[in-house]
Amino acid sequence: MKTGTGYETGLDKFNRIGAVTNWGFHLIFILLALLCLIPVLVVLSISLTGEESIRNDGYSLFPKAFSGEAYQYIARQGQMITRALGVSVLVTAVGTVLGVVLTTSMGYVLSRPNYKLKGLLTWIVFIPMVFNGGLVSSYYINSNMLGLKDTVWALILPLAVSSFNVIICKTFFRSTIPDALIESAEIDGAGQLRIYCSIVLPISLPVLATIGLFLCFAYWNDWFQSMLYIDNQNLYSLQALLNSLMSNVDALARNASSMGISYAELVATMPKESARMAVAIVIVVPVAIAYPFFQKYFISGLTIGAVKG
Amino acid sequence: MDTKSGRKRLRTRWRTQDTELTLLALPTTVWYILFCFLPMFGLVIAFKDFKIHGGFLSNVINSEWTGFKNFEFLFKSNDAWVVIRNTLGYNMIFIVLGIAIPVILALMIGQLHSGKAGKIYQTMMFLPYFLSWVVVSAIVWSFLSFDKGIVNQFLTGLGADPVNWYMEPKYWPYFLIFMNVWKGLGYGMVVYLATITGIDSTYYEAAVIDGASKWQQARFITLPLMKLVIVMMFILAVGRIFYTDFGLFFQVPRDSNSLFTVATTIDVLVYKQLKTATVGMASASAFVQSVMGCLTILLANWVVRRVDPDSAMM
Repeated sequence: MKTGTGYETGLDKFNRIGAVTNWGFHLIFILLALLCLIPVLVVLSISLTGEESIRNDGYSLFPKAFSGEAYQYIARQGQMITRALGVSVLVTAVGTVLGVVLTTSMGYVLSRPNYKLKGLLTWIVFIPMVFNGGLVSSYYINSNMLGLKDTVWALILPLAVSSFNVIICKTFFRSTIPDALIESAEIDGAGQLRIYCSIVLPISLPVLATIGLFLCFAYWNDWFQSMLYIDNQNLYSLQALLNSLMSNVDALARNASSMGISYAELVATMPKESARMAVAIVIVVPVAIAYPFFQKYFISGLTIGAVKG
Repeated sequence: MDTKSGRKRLRTRWRTQDTELTLLALPTTVWYILFCFLPMFGLVIAFKDFKIHGGFLSNVINSEWTGFKNFEFLFKSNDAWVVIRNTLGYNMIFIVLGIAIPVILALMIGQLHSGKAGKIYQTMMFLPYFLSWVVVSAIVWSFLSFDKGIVNQFLTGLGADPVNWYMEPKYWPYFLIFMNVWKGLGYGMVVYLATITGIDSTYYEAAVIDGASKWQQARFITLPLMKLVIVMMFILAVGRIFYTDFGLFFQVPRDSNSLFTVATTIDVLVYKQLKTATVGMASASAFVQSVMGCLTILLANWVVRRVDPDSAMM
């Protein structure tokens, strides 16, 4: 019954679905897997299609004319794209490190059973899970009061901590780190910061990986913070860039068809259509390569989270 | 829980460790105050005539109280009701499908003779979960674009007329539901598969010896043992019924005005009102969402505590 393990007993072998059902199930799952994979391949092949071919034949999974011009264009004069890539990488790296530090330190403090302010801090973490100030007041506080508007911190700070992650950490520390270990370090005269850095963190790598991955994917995939707080195009992340390209190239196309101007005139100078999809591919490729390897950390986090909401 | 010793501990004096732990928790506490608790107090602007110019704090303090005027405006407009209908309606469908489909697929994938193939399918079906809604929007566009989209090419290939998808509200409930299921499939399967894998195999051995068919095993062993997780996921989803995935409803329909009535949920409305500087209405909508959301989450948590105390939040 367990997935992924071999058939150890004859009973297991006997208790299997019939060959026909098995192939039927395989067929269903192959179709579903393709349904999840093909849309991404469509984007990939559009990015590899010549602009001419897109103009004449539209988008296609099997383009008539392959061309790398979109990627050449990006490599040659895509300062904007390299800059956006830089912003995305920076935000993801800084945000993940900051988020892991903030989340695990709080998780550790909450996991100490004798800490005097544990009750208060538990409430501070818990209340935002059920009640929040909503978009409007967050927006004004972040942009007017904290001055995050048009700074890179607007992309980093608001996403750094989530109560869900703090609770995963607390549960992990509580269940895997023996109190005796920490008490003996306290008796030896180690301060809490020292205990946290040189005892707790080194033996908690699985949960660091889980939280780190959650944060990493969240920062890499975030576009909402940019849409809210970033007007300066130099601070666009890849997601923000793609977001603006989606509406800009589109606006051009809409005008062209309604005003009767020749389509070619407007789209003449650059491979717009394919370059746009090439940006999407630049976003997707690192994720698509990384997630199969990190899946197990994700799954452990999701299952803790699902059971311990 | 030994309350006696707990009370004793509370009375014991403040130690160095407590100071150190407080300092260790300080950065995160400050984060919570700035990014979670300040906005909660900011909710009062729903009851004020708030102007955007100048500093936030002085504005909140100095602006005039207007009572429920913002709410009156909000609920007089037709938008509010359409949007609440959409939010609740879509969420109800998402909850049912978001449980039924992954549960059925998790049951099926565990039955495949080759566990390795199952793993591969599962990994592939997890891909959409890791895509951002902006990328998904680009994907949907490549299928539904009027002049270049794959679907319209297919239609014209069959001799049918191309459809201007982004202008036709009637198709969009199906599209949005499909995209939601598509993106969440991998996640749902992971959760339910973890439960199925955790079931003791001796149950099935005993059932086989008693002559139970595969179907009977699923019906009388697996499903009953999954019931608790399913109920939990259901209740948690119901608790979030006033919140929707902003990306799905904003990015996928590409903010098309023709689709307003079928594709706008509370989150999207708040954002649009905020961007068009109708701050009073935006703050009123956000307030309604926060309060209703809080009530439903607390209610759901209360139900969870009755079903399974260990899974409740508090």
